[in-house]
Amino acid sequence: MAGSAAIEISRLVKRFGSNSAVDGLDLTVEPGEMFGLLGPNGAGKTTTFKILTTLLRPTSGTVKVFGHDVVAEADAVRQVIGYVPQERAVDRLLTAREHLELFANLYHLPAATASSRIEEALRLVNLADRINEPVGKFSGGMKKRVEIACGLLHEPSMLFLDEPTLGLDVQSRSQVWDHLRQLKQRGMTVVINSNYLDEADQLCDRLAIIDRGRLRALGSPQELKRSLGGDIVTVTLEKAVAQPQQLRQALQAINGVGEVSVDETVARLALSREAGLNAIVEQVQRAGGGLRAVHYTHPTLEEVFIHYTGHKIREEQIQ
Amino acid sequence: MSRYWQETGALTHRWFRRMMRERMTLIFGLFQPMLWLLLFGNSFKNVASSQAIGTDNYIAFMTAGVVVMTVLNSGFAGGVDLIFDRETGFLDRLLASPIARSSIIVSRFLFVTVLSALQILVILGTALAMHVVPVTGLAGVAAILLVGVLLGVGLTALSLGLAFKISSHSGFFSLVGFITLPLIFVSSALVSVEHMPVWLKVIAILNPMTWTIDAVRSLILNGWLWSRLVIVVAALIVFDIGCVTLSSRVLRKAVG
Repeated sequence: MAGSAAIEISRLVKRFGSNSAVDGLDLTVEPGEMFGLLGPNGAGKTTTFKILTTLLRPTSGTVKVFGHDVVAEADAVRQVIGYVPQERAVDRLLTAREHLELFANLYHLPAATASSRIEEALRLVNLADRINEPVGKFSGGMKKRVEIACGLLHEPSMLFLDEPTLGLDVQSRSQVWDHLRQLKQRGMTVVINSNYLDEADQLCDRLAIIDRGRLRALGSPQELKRSLGGDIVTVTLEKAVAQPQQLRQALQAINGVGEVSVDETVARLALSREAGLNAIVEQVQRAGGGLRAVHYTHPTLEEVFIHYTGHKIREEQIQ
Repeated sequence: MSRYWQETGALTHRWFRRMMRERMTLIFGLFQPMLWLLLFGNSFKNVASSQAIGTDNYIAFMTAGVVVMTVLNSGFAGGVDLIFDRETGFLDRLLASPIARSSIIVSRFLFVTVLSALQILVILGTALAMHVVPVTGLAGVAAILLVGVLLGVGLTALSLGLAFKISSHSGFFSLVGFITLPLIFVSSALVSVEHMPVWLKVIAILNPMTWTIDAVRSLILNGWLWSRLVIVVAALIVFDIGCVTLSSRVLRKAVG
């Protein structure tokens, strides 16, 4: 189907007994996007993921992957997606090469194609020197790289990663992110499931915030943060200016600056979009304030998340 | 069709690779039946009266019991690896690939079948070293393999069904451990049915282990008792169909 979206979810509902894990979800993902499903555990993102990867059937609604219905054309969907589950989902007893050989056969690659693709996948994830060791001995990051390699053998158009960096150390994490950015550059659609806000922020072109089975917000990390009111510049002055009202008006006149308050030695500017700091500094100096410090802050994704769902993504309690 | 064999073959190959890596399981799996013959057989051969078992060679009598016991253990273990695959999420990874859902199940049957056939040959080889020669010769060995494999298929089907029905692997192991011993002791594995108390005899005759053991035993001790062999093979086929039907609903729900 030409020109179809990478993913089209329409009025998706999935019930387990009387409990609705997904409760009327609509979502479209464009080809080539790095897309993130963000939500706390139990929000419905894992269920959505399992439906997208053909592991669960929807109760109602339709889900299409590159134009293929996940129920009626499950095999066609499986052929165009790669799936990278969570860290433990490897066979500890098999070597990295044996994993790749297994999946090459499950995707029905002819032997010659398989061996060249296996080499290529191993190179991509930097595992070429450890391929004959059982993966049970591997670190979490290396296991993840084995899984990614397995998911790439059949050259899928889309890769699904379930919590790609859960339990990984900082270094492995940034390695995995690099691999994913590389894949996106090659034109692959990448969909991740995460409850790490910084991961979603740094990696994804667009995010869907999901909570209690519904879509709460959708957009690029920038858009989502801006939707909370944009960045804030706080200017601390050496001494209070003689005419704060004039300064306020002068600052407000700068292109891109929204609300401004001037209070003794502190001027607070809410930006409606990116505004030049130079102009701001210039106005402050002209008013005779003298500059002590400038703080530039933007709303975090954490604040975005709380704003749209009413709670934190993880409850950080010791209980 | 060649796609089906490519995926099923690769999955079956994986089970064998796993087995070869699990050195301890492999060694104990092979040596345990040998130990049964060596230790149990030797210590009981002077206790068991030839009247009670119908032969004066207890080791020859017991070989059939050890063959069937081994198939029982391997068959019941048939679902175990899939329990672990389910717990690690590896099963989801397999199911997200474009394979026929049945290939995973079929690969388990192939694996258990080949494994039990090899185990039967090891046991018969051990028995041979202890001067137990099946009176029916090589054709008899082939018939023993057939009977063993038929029993293994039904047991594997049960085990696979249980593996997906029971939520934890510890529950699975407890249940299998609980039913294995009575199935062996309330059968003709160690004594012949004729010498059991009536109530035990009734249960033993209903136990599929008993039919299988008696068929294997007569191939080793007595020769070709065709009527008995045909009845047992037919009964085992019915048993297999029953077990596969019983489990297929659970399996279809789990992997379909």
